[in-house]
Amino acid sequence: MIKITTPITEKTARSLRAGDIVLITGTIYTGRDAAHKRLCELLARGESLPIDVKNSVIYYVGPTPAKPGRAIGSAGPTSSYRMDPYAEPLLQQGLRVMVGKGSRGKEFKELLKKYGGVYLSAIGGAAASISETIKKCEVVTYEDLGAEAIHRLEVEDFYAIVTYDSEGNDLFEQGIEKYKKV
Amino acid sequence: MRKIQLADVTAKIKEMFIDACENIPANVLNALKSAAAEEQSPLGKDIIQKIVENDILAHDKHLPICQDTGVAVVMLTIGSEVTFEGDIYEAVNEGVRQAYTEGYLRKSVVRHPLDRVNTKDNTPAVVHVKLVPGDTFRIDVAPKGGGSENMSVVKMLIPADGVEGIKKLVLDTVFNAGGKPCPPVIVGLGIGGNFEKCAMMAKEALFREIDDKSPDPIARKLEEELLEEINNLGVGPMGFGGTKTCLAVKVNTYPCHIASLPVAVNIQCHAARHKTCNL
Repeated sequence: MIKITTPITEKTARSLRAGDIVLITGTIYTGRDAAHKRLCELLARGESLPIDVKNSVIYYVGPTPAKPGRAIGSAGPTSSYRMDPYAEPLLQQGLRVMVGKGSRGKEFKELLKKYGGVYLSAIGGAAASISETIKKCEVVTYEDLGAEAIHRLEVEDFYAIVTYDSEGNDLFEQGIEKYKKV
Repeated sequence: MRKIQLADVTAKIKEMFIDACENIPANVLNALKSAAAEEQSPLGKDIIQKIVENDILAHDKHLPICQDTGVAVVMLTIGSEVTFEGDIYEAVNEGVRQAYTEGYLRKSVVRHPLDRVNTKDNTPAVVHVKLVPGDTFRIDVAPKGGGSENMSVVKMLIPADGVEGIKKLVLDTVFNAGGKPCPPVIVGLGIGGNFEKCAMMAKEALFREIDDKSPDPIARKLEEELLEEINNLGVGPMGFGGTKTCLAVKVNTYPCHIASLPVAVNIQCHAARHKTCNL
């Protein structure tokens, strides 16, 4: 297991390989479909973003409401492919790490090579366990989107699997190739 | 005639959705434990073990198993000797509203598929009513997540496609979905009927208990063969490769037109949440 701390430099991102297990500590942002759409609309108009994405981590999650005494509700990853159309403008701004679940498009893998980014997976449906590694949660912007608002999270040893690295390696392809019996 | 109070329906629906979101059914947890023991991939095994730990933690701490607490799907089986006064759909929706707003569940429903404004209470539910003889009033609920629902398909095959055509459709669907629907999955298949009937049967198939078997020998054979063939695809837990892509296949059938072979494949993630009660 590799411990990494935010912010994450291009050098660190490029050193990670598909199949590595990482434990992330530090500040990460949340964002899903609706928030990504708004961020990219701002960039298209030439305006600045409400969060500094340079060398940052975006976690694709829409948590449940926090119960009393807890920092956040259950908070597992959502499917990442839906955010593919928004990836390049954010990578251009220096976004380094995206965390979600499931496969993404070929073009997306090329973007990781070009910009020095990395795609990680959290375990889908392990949302209660994941919430235990999130120590603080506050809304940064787009509060009207509810669970889809952009939140700033403080995480400690947040577990993730390096899925696509910046050299074009794909852990899904590697794993399925190994266990396919047809 | 037996009279049902709609206030009791509302209270029950509320209780069932909160319960479903926090407590995985015992037979689903057992299926996951067996899958963890049998999985050949070390990473896959670790992933299923983490899923089992998550489900136990969710139960112990009263937390939702998954942040996607879904669209509220409700199936009502109502006997012809049962009466009630008022709007049964509103009674169900009120229960859903209370469960999602008071039970710390995520609101995942938008009021229109194109303007996409959140209704903020997870209503409306998707409600199906089935009429039967007698004085039964049965409620089945399932919070159905978007990730697995998005990977589901309906296809109008032709009779010449036969069992092989059905298998190809299912295997392609599961393989192409990869890790997106959160495998190990459960596959609900509706075969026959017509366009809408097969989709409904696929959903009903997912409401069956994970460890039951179809009483129809043709359907049961298909369930067994498809389970093995899906697991031979190598997709594995969360799509990272492995021998446990699927926990169970459920096949429901209905007579159909001489020209048709309608097939629906409804995918259920490993968080197979489902509760049943009789009022």
